[in-house]
Amino acid sequence: MNMKNYFNNINNKIKSIPSSVKGSIENFKNKTPDEKISYISNALLNNAMYIIIFIAVITIAIIEPSFLSVASIVNIISLTAAKLPIALGIGGAIVLSGTDISAGRAVGLTAVITASLLQSTDYMNKMFPNLPTLPIIVVILAVIATGALIGAVNGFFVAKFRLHPFIVTLSTQLVIFGAILLYLQIGSNGGQTLSGLDDSYINFISGTLFRINGISVPKYVLYSVIITIIMWFVWNKTIFGKNMFAVGSNEDAARVSGVNVFKTIVLVFMLAGALYGITGFIESARIGSSASYTGLNYESDAIAACVIGGVSFVGGTGKIGGIVIGVLLLQIIFVGLNFISIDQNMLYIIKGAIILLACSIDMRKYLARR
Amino acid sequence: MKHPLLFLENISKSFPGVKALKGVSFTLEAGSIHALMGENGAGKSTLMKCLFGVYEKDEGKIFLCGKEVDFKNSKAALENGVAMVHQELNQAQDLTVMDNIWLGRFPRIGGLPIVSHKEMYRKTRELFEKLGISIDPRARVGSLPVSKRQLIEIAKAVSYEAKVIVLDEPTSSLTEREAEKLFKITDMLKKEGCGIIYISHKMEEILRICDTVTVMRDGEIIDTLRAKDIDTDEIIRLMVGRTLTERYPQKLNTPGEVMLEIKNLSDRSERLKDININLKKGEILGIAGLDGAGRSELFEAIFGLRKLNSGKIILDGKELSVTSPKEAIKEGFAYLTEERRKSGIFSILPLVENTTISSLKDYRYGPLLSSRKMVRTTREYIEKMKVKTPSEKTKILALSGGNQQKVILSRWLLTDPKVLLLDEPTRGIDVGAKYEIYKLIISLAQNGRGVIVVSSEMGELFGICDRLYVMSGGRISGELSVKEATQEKIMAMASRFV
Repeated sequence: MNMKNYFNNINNKIKSIPSSVKGSIENFKNKTPDEKISYISNALLNNAMYIIIFIAVITIAIIEPSFLSVASIVNIISLTAAKLPIALGIGGAIVLSGTDISAGRAVGLTAVITASLLQSTDYMNKMFPNLPTLPIIVVILAVIATGALIGAVNGFFVAKFRLHPFIVTLSTQLVIFGAILLYLQIGSNGGQTLSGLDDSYINFISGTLFRINGISVPKYVLYSVIITIIMWFVWNKTIFGKNMFAVGSNEDAARVSGVNVFKTIVLVFMLAGALYGITGFIESARIGSSASYTGLNYESDAIAACVIGGVSFVGGTGKIGGIVIGVLLLQIIFVGLNFISIDQNMLYIIKGAIILLACSIDMRKYLARR
Repeated sequence: MKHPLLFLENISKSFPGVKALKGVSFTLEAGSIHALMGENGAGKSTLMKCLFGVYEKDEGKIFLCGKEVDFKNSKAALENGVAMVHQELNQAQDLTVMDNIWLGRFPRIGGLPIVSHKEMYRKTRELFEKLGISIDPRARVGSLPVSKRQLIEIAKAVSYEAKVIVLDEPTSSLTEREAEKLFKITDMLKKEGCGIIYISHKMEEILRICDTVTVMRDGEIIDTLRAKDIDTDEIIRLMVGRTLTERYPQKLNTPGEVMLEIKNLSDRSERLKDININLKKGEILGIAGLDGAGRSELFEAIFGLRKLNSGKIILDGKELSVTSPKEAIKEGFAYLTEERRKSGIFSILPLVENTTISSLKDYRYGPLLSSRKMVRTTREYIEKMKVKTPSEKTKILALSGGNQQKVILSRWLLTDPKVLLLDEPTRGIDVGAKYEIYKLIISLAQNGRGVIVVSSEMGELFGICDRLYVMSGGRISGELSVKEATQEKIMAMASRFV
């Protein structure tokens, strides 16, 4: 009896399938066997990343069920939130069919600056011993300005001298690293790690937003959500956003259409820099200390997340939602692999393989149109 | 029975929405020059692309000397003695002349993978002597003029002992002297038993050098005739399929007073020298001339894409100082570029973005844009311009050339321009869509806008323009009313400063 109800239910559900889906099912039925196979294999390939992630999650959850506990999920979401701003910044550079490998170091520099300006007044090894407790907003604006300045330099060289962003940011990333090292030498600091951060700052970033089953969700998750929403509007609803996609899609056509290409490129990199500044500001408190290696290789995760999320290096395509998913998927994999205690060194190999796979699937769309 | 050199049997090819080739059969005899003619979009290049494996043909067979062949790419074709010299030369600019010729099969020292430059130089010299070409084999290809680069490609084909050579618009950027040289070489190849497929729009030269003429239209072969049996009018009639008068809509615009004056304009790179022209309200002005005469450069100069050395641009009595397209648009100019793919469309973006990119300010509310308004405007123009598209969200690359052109024209109409600069507005567009675009151009002029059209199709200039300027070597070499203009007069003016 129960069984019968169950089947009836399913039947009803099938009946209530929207007509568009029904239409595509009908379409599918009308195809020849050959077409069916290629249709299915295409569908599988186009969604390969999601399928792999799904299988990975299931497998990890079976081996280690606590992977799907509240604590673990909150952890994944928090990590995602922390890495989102930098990815959203790099995403813009990739839409321009460029890249930005100075992002990690820019995060490092802004994290170090933040830490040095927000050490608690009674901390012994304070970098600026006589500095009073600064208002947080002043420091935020300072690091955003620092990031934007780095971006302005990157953008200027890309736009003015037609240099590939890879070359430009390869150079600036060295300059920034030097700046970090010099900065850490200031006063009596002598290159040490900066810690002993002010409580109000730590609380502003890592304090509890709300609790789920007693597990604290940190405040920076909220900031990340707000930034993502703002970026969605910037990309989709502003003249700047439309111009960015136009330049990424066809720079010549954009120029002829009256887009100020120079301004657009510089602004994209400045916006990216500002987001690195925000990332640095969050990272400093999230980790609790900042040193010369802070931010190292952040750009490679961010670029990978963008590509996995469908921001194509061909330029002119990409969605904010894709980047969010890309960052989330990467974090799921990293955390998941840690859960089943896979060798740390293996992580790099898996990461590399995932990026290659994602890029190959992405390029399929542009290849072989015969 | 003797087999023909090349026989294309019943070739068909479809693209989504169009049947580009409808069972085309084509025979090329050894020792002949065979002209392949037809309007843009008639299917000539599609047929050639099927021959060279750029496109996979849907149906049909290809026989070379009676043996069936199916080339996977142009390299495979070349190795089998079938070569093509493209209109847009595809050469490694930074390599030397001889590197370009022997690329992929460099002569080696012994059996080692070391290139013997001495041997390569000797073989290149030999080849050039045979063809009567005087080019230094060690010169960098990028440093040579197009005419010489074309000869290099032909020499390369000969070095592969090509039996079939396809020449795609070989004289479009050559001077008369250079063309004569080319004809000597084609004549020699013909005598050696090669078959040459000659794609060109230049009637006189075809009737002079070709043995056979095949005319294509709408993906079909219309007729194949002996060159000595026909004349220009006959070819045009075959190409167009109707008499010339019906190709252009009725002229409804009446030119008024002068709105735009360009005085003594020269640009910094000296591509333009002392240009003086004027444009009247409601007038369609044509600019004729050969490729490289500076016609596109003139548009670029007006539109702020080219730095000026001297001269004035006066619009409605006001002298302008435009240094960027953005400013030019603000002053009321619109510029439809010659190369749609390179500088017109945003291929992977939807129609909405492609339509609204130049008028984004109009869709603002506060700091944001109204998607609804953008979509509404796009739909309105899709209807108004009769753009054939599934929806406004479709990527523009999915549309045919004519429809893409209509979208770009919509983009410009949305900026409400006073003067439209149209560079080859109907290039690569089928006859039906051409007619619609002509009608649109005339109605724009009828509404008091000024239109300047650059075109290499003389019929087009005669059909829609009120007045013509002819450019030659970066200068204005003549001015004519359409009534007094003839093809001969224009050709004479066009070669004045070459």
